[in-house]
Amino acid sequence: MYVFPAIIVMGLFIAYPFVYNVIISFSNMNLSHFRDWEFTGIENYINVLLNEDFWYYFFKTVLWTVLNLVAHVSIGVFLALLLNEDIKAKTFFRTILILPWAVPQYITALTWRGMFNSEYGAINLLLDNLFGIQFPWLSTEWGAFTACLITNIWLGFPFMMIIALGGLQSIPATLYEAADIDGATRYQKFKNITVPLIKPVMVPAITLGVIWTFNNFNVIWLVSNGGEPSDKTHILVSWVYEAGLNYFRMGYAAAFSMIIFIILLVFSWRFIQQTKATESVY
Amino acid sequence: MTKGLNKKEKFGIYIILIIFSLFAIYPVLNVISISMRPGDKLLSKSLALIPDNWTLNTYIQLFTDEPFLQWMLNSIIVSLTVTVFAVSLASTAGYAFSRYKFKGRDTAMIGLITTQMFPVTMLLLPLFVMLIKIGAYDSYIGLIIAYSATALPFVVWQMKGYYDTIPYSLEEAAHIDGAGQFYTFYKIILPLALPALAITALFSFMTAWSEYLVAAVLLQDQDLYTLPIGLKRFTSNMEVAWGLYSAGAVIVSIPVVVLFIALSRWLVSGLTLGSVKG
Repeated sequence: MYVFPAIIVMGLFIAYPFVYNVIISFSNMNLSHFRDWEFTGIENYINVLLNEDFWYYFFKTVLWTVLNLVAHVSIGVFLALLLNEDIKAKTFFRTILILPWAVPQYITALTWRGMFNSEYGAINLLLDNLFGIQFPWLSTEWGAFTACLITNIWLGFPFMMIIALGGLQSIPATLYEAADIDGATRYQKFKNITVPLIKPVMVPAITLGVIWTFNNFNVIWLVSNGGEPSDKTHILVSWVYEAGLNYFRMGYAAAFSMIIFIILLVFSWRFIQQTKATESVY
Repeated sequence: MTKGLNKKEKFGIYIILIIFSLFAIYPVLNVISISMRPGDKLLSKSLALIPDNWTLNTYIQLFTDEPFLQWMLNSIIVSLTVTVFAVSLASTAGYAFSRYKFKGRDTAMIGLITTQMFPVTMLLLPLFVMLIKIGAYDSYIGLIIAYSATALPFVVWQMKGYYDTIPYSLEEAAHIDGAGQFYTFYKIILPLALPALAITALFSFMTAWSEYLVAAVLLQDQDLYTLPIGLKRFTSNMEVAWGLYSAGAVIVSIPVVVLFIALSRWLVSGLTLGSVKG
């Protein structure tokens, strides 16, 4: 009884668009065939997959996701470990470190774009003052990619930090005490107690993190101002928007979106399966 | 970790925490600083956090010369509608998912997570086509649908996780005392779930308050602009409107940042509960 309103609304707002997207993905709908579209089978899918650009952006997206996640998780867990020590001003540090998560994402992206401005942006001014170097951040292919990466690392590490902190606080202190008695080193304690015990909270967080980063339109689009320079700075999701939606190639964009969705579905399923398999070892 | 932190190590921890805190807070200070620059010093190469001759003129200009107030009003209308929508739906649906075993429950819960994998274009495209066809393009209907669809799965999941922690015996006791099902839910369970409701409200509000792409595609009429599109427009002419953007960014961020930090403790428990105890 309680579930009905939500089911109906979600059916309408989520399932219907999804089904509609699947249908369009098999059609030739575009600006000139908007109302008189017809089914064209898997043509769109083939067109996406045979396009060299797709593979270029695919590998860039994978690189983007891996670099981000490695940075998010290592910085996040590292800071969580420090915050979990017996130190003063814990709440103060925690509050400051959570700040990047609290700021609306588009504000973060636009602000960092300003900071990467080669002439008046804070980053180059700082680099110039400290080391006497300047870097053409937004006008080169990998400069823009790095700029997006730094922005996204900034906004993403607090999430992992907070999740890891929650996991750390649930580990009973007696385990560490027992390890101390056995003369375990700090590294052994980390590897044999901390890691396995925060894994159950980190695995879902990492899965979510991969999905969010893989699909992070905002940072890429707003920091690079729509893929500048010359459409080099894209990940798959911003490329669908640019190449499909912007030119009203609806069928193509729908098929492209489906492919992204399937990639993530397969990844998440495999990732969770695999970690479940290793979990039974402990 | 217990035992054995000497002074040197503690000192090291503080140094590292301070470095990362500076990294976390610098962009925020940078925006605030630019928003206080006097109009003729916008393109300054100074790194001073409090600019020379600082002024709040940009803020006044934002409200008097620019349609900032209009954008803000639009954003508030959209965000509040989404919030009311999401809170009422998620509080009931989460309850059902937590308490009743019905056919397709597990499938539905997994389906909810799956929606997190939709690339934004997958929602945007059908919405765009449908809205054009029914002639509701360039209105808030599309925004409200898109934002609710984005926020709902996560908050339903989150609410369910929280309800799971409330012992069922409470309801049984109420039923024995003759309380009806709806009364029990409304008077006993909901008040207990207040922290989770606060998170649901905050999360759905922030989803709508901070969304850029859907609004950029669906809204053409400048009178309907929400804050993200308005602020983005300033940045397209960075040299001229950098100060305006920064002042706007500060005003837009302060309420959500304060709320977020105030509620962050609950947010964390909500997230871990929701994700672990599927």
